Amino acid sequence: MKYLFYPGCSQEGTAREYRDSTLAVLQALGAELEELKDWTCCGASVASAASQLLGLVLPARNLALAEQQANGPDLLTSCSACYSNLRRTQTTLADHPKLHHTVNQALEVEQLCYRGVVRVRHLLDVLANDFGPQVLQTRVQNPLEGLRVAPYYGCQTVRPYSRFDNPHRPRSMLGILEALGVQVHRHLREAACCGASLLVTQPDLGLDMAAEVLAACQGADCIVTVCPMCHMNLDAYQDQISHRLGQRVQIPVLYLPQLIGLAFGLPEQTLGLSRHLTPVRLPAKIATTS
Amino acid sequence: MSIETEMLNLTHIDRSMLAEVSPSHWEKMLSCIQCGTCTASCPAAHMMDIPPRRMWRMVQLGLVEKVLRSKSIWLCSACYSCHVRCPRGIPLTETMNRLKQLALQRGLVSSGTSQAFYRSFATLIRRYGRMREMELMARYVLSNPLAGVRFAPLGWKMLWRGKLQVQLPRLAGQDRLGRLFDRVAELEQQTPDSPNR
Ligand code: SF4
Ligand code: SF4
Repeated sequence: MKYLFYPGCSQEGTAREYRDSTLAVLQALGAELEELKDWTCCGASVASAASQLLGLVLPARNLALAEQQANGPDLLTSCSACYSNLRRTQTTLADHPKLHHTVNQALEVEQLCYRGVVRVRHLLDVLANDFGPQVLQTRVQNPLEGLRVAPYYGCQTVRPYSRFDNPHRPRSMLGILEALGVQVHRHLREAACCGASLLVTQPDLGLDMAAEVLAACQGADCIVTVCPMCHMNLDAYQDQISHRLGQRVQIPVLYLPQLIGLAFGLPEQTLGLSRHLTPVRLPAKIATTS
Repeated sequence: MSIETEMLNLTHIDRSMLAEVSPSHWEKMLSCIQCGTCTASCPAAHMMDIPPRRMWRMVQLGLVEKVLRSKSIWLCSACYSCHVRCPRGIPLTETMNRLKQLALQRGLVSSGTSQAFYRSFATLIRRYGRMREMELMARYVLSNPLAGVRFAPLGWKMLWRGKLQVQLPRLAGQDRLGRLFDRVAELEQQTPDSPNR
């Protein structure tokens, strides 16, 4: 299986361990990955608020690069905000030919043209559907039995431009988690918004929303996420959130490929578990893999 | 006339405003049945001065200035809950984005914090093409020292864990996406607001 990889900005900085663990797990599964050359920011939630056209041109630049660099492989991203932006751009331009034309007029200055043929895939989609629980299960060396894991999809992974899961009640992580041997902690905030995009500008609301997710996950040994924004929001502010909730909350937040990596028996250094702000202390039996 | 009275008087519907806020979906916007599903689905509604359902009615009525000055549009986290649940299929999150655009364009932004952050972000993408998180925070904090105080302890923790790296601004002659940004601005001048209007 071959993919073009679009890491997105945060995986060059705060979320480097997400990229490392993603690459390690996909390699263990035998996937071939090539990084998208010369990629640039998708505009996050900011560009489209500044200008409609800029909010389409920034993602389209990367889509056009993908079409130029390789004809065929899907464009893989593991950041839900990037995924949502890339898919929003594809959907909007497919529906509005005039806008598509204007976007290409802008891309001319970069000698690029977006045709609308590349397929954009989220890491979760690829793991759940291109490989699937059965294939994952064959690689498991260290079943994570007894570990209670709360899946957390967040909002933009499954809404509204995504095509691989139900936007209200996503399920794509379930099979994967069961294949790893864990016990799944179902809860009511699996696809709720964690408030990450508000954290800098509206911290009180952002923290309240994160607090609701963390509260719903109480009782689990850890949370798994598939987005660097969600991860930052749920992992980094647990002290402040404990304060707000009036009770101590301390629950490790792992990226899905980190959890898969543990089950595959990949070395802990590759998975970067020590980079998280909430210490990852898992039951002894599981953590002793490296 | 108070908002409440205008709401009852539907002859006041101002379609020109509607067309501006929702260029490609204004007919859909008119089909809002005020069911409140959007407000009920919104994780930010309890903090909003104008909750979503009310906001769409005010947009229909052309009370755009009041809407643009609201705090609500800056509290929207773009979670798409209202968007996927609206029984009328109105693309609400994109509409919210459009309101942000108009508020920024007209300088009617109620939240100085949001404006400072958005500006720092855009400057950096234009310059480097990619986001440099450390510099983003530094710029934002300089323009908004109060926010900086709140984030300082976390910043140290992240530096310690190697999550953030100290990156000095690269000043010399970098304007990686400058031409693309300029071209976008130029095209927007030619076709104001939306080409599919
Ligand atoms: S959910 Fe849709 S139809 Fe119902 S009030 Fe909101 S915008 Fe109107
Ligand atoms: S997209 Fe914005 S307005 Fe809609 S439910 Fe989410 S936060 Fe509320």
